Amino acid sequence: MKPVAAVLMAGLFLSAPLQAAELSVAVAANFTAPMQKIAAAFEKETGHKLALSFGSTGKFYAQIKNGAPFEVLFAADDETPARLEREGEGVAGTRFTYAIGKLVLWSKQPGLVDDKGEVLRTGSFERIALADPKLAPYGAAAMQTLTQLGLADALSSKFVQGENIGQTYQFVATQNAPLGFVALSQVYAEGRLTEGSAWMVPETLYEPIRQDALILAKGKDNTAAAELMRYLQGDAAKAVIRSYGYGL
Amino acid sequence: MLDHHAWQAVWLTLELATLTTVLLLLVATPLAWWLSQTRSRWRAPISAVVTLPLVLPPTVLGFYLLVLMGPQGPLGQLTLALGWGTLSFTFTGLLIGSIIFSLPFAVQPIQHAFESIGARPLEAAATLRASPLDAFFSVALPLARPGLLTAAILSFAHTVGEFGVVLMIGGNIPGKTRVVSTQIYGHVEAMEYAQAHWLAGGMVAFSFVVLLCLSLLKRNGASVMR
Repeated sequence: MKPVAAVLMAGLFLSAPLQAAELSVAVAANFTAPMQKIAAAFEKETGHKLALSFGSTGKFYAQIKNGAPFEVLFAADDETPARLEREGEGVAGTRFTYAIGKLVLWSKQPGLVDDKGEVLRTGSFERIALADPKLAPYGAAAMQTLTQLGLADALSSKFVQGENIGQTYQFVATQNAPLGFVALSQVYAEGRLTEGSAWMVPETLYEPIRQDALILAKGKDNTAAAELMRYLQGDAAKAVIRSYGYGL
Repeated sequence: MLDHHAWQAVWLTLELATLTTVLLLLVATPLAWWLSQTRSRWRAPISAVVTLPLVLPPTVLGFYLLVLMGPQGPLGQLTLALGWGTLSFTFTGLLIGSIIFSLPFAVQPIQHAFESIGARPLEAAATLRASPLDAFFSVALPLARPGLLTAAILSFAHTVGEFGVVLMIGGNIPGKTRVVSTQIYGHVEAMEYAQAHWLAGGMVAFSFVVLLCLSLLKRNGASVMR
């Protein structure tokens, strides 16, 4: 590299951190992989530093209500951000849907799940994993699907429930449950299924799993918060989000 | 107040803790005796393995158990070959997990009790022509009673408070694998704080009583020995 270019480059890097801020972000566990990718690009582009915490939305709610230092929340649902905004814990008008989760019936075994989900009607399995419908949006969506198909009662004795979608994936990935309802983002990369067999549940069978983001009261005066929200709505971030099997 | 599901979880927890305690005493007593008497070179590694559940994070232990019990795991293949199906998501699976999880809490107090007896009472028994088995049952075991009691109380209490392992291998099935700790966790996650408080408050009171009993027992330990 020529000295002049080096000086110019150094100038570029130095100019960014002038307004660089640190931002504490709470992220739903199911969005871990795309967020890490997006955060790296965002940090490079803006010079801001993101401190990412991954966890369950219910736990984040309890922590935020009790003074946690998070400035932005990327939730796994749309109810929690709306509730926080209502309760004065968020900045009004900053809430938006950053991703729409898709449900998939998945087995690690190739050929076990057919592409129409007929396997559910045969009932030729001992257990079926789903996330706790009370706690996890993907669990609620799985329950709606089974109810729509008229199979919820028939299969209920075969349910094993994960407390979140990550644990549900674990049950199926270790084959302790031969099949289960997981998030498409968990078994999907670069536009196709990573392994096993799956049925993409038609979106007519369950209510859309909207994942909303919100700037929290503690992030009100942090310029990085608004910038991150804008970045998430840009094309670069959207492409990453889609590549992990989310809708938008 | 407590609803039907909560009582079901309470009952299941007590059942799990009781069975775990009984089985643990049967497993831990001979193991503790062997550890207290042997000069084998296997003593140190086996002692370390027994203590391992004390150090491992419960979710790690639970994850390994899940893999072990799964259809690809060695234990899973064994139970499948025997026609029992897999143990994950069953009460039996929880029981095995609990026994492993609380093993150090049972072995260590009993082992210490055996070690503190010393060699002399057993030598005396031998000079009176008691067989080793006879000496164990009529001399060592009665002298180790405080250790056995401590082990029983700790195993019971530790199983009641068990969470990570149950979460990993349980699958949250009402009446089968949903215990009090996972029920509380569910309430908190679902933001049903009132229900969570009732169960959690009960758990705090229960734990306090157990630990109180334990410390009263320890203070009277000397008189129990006599």
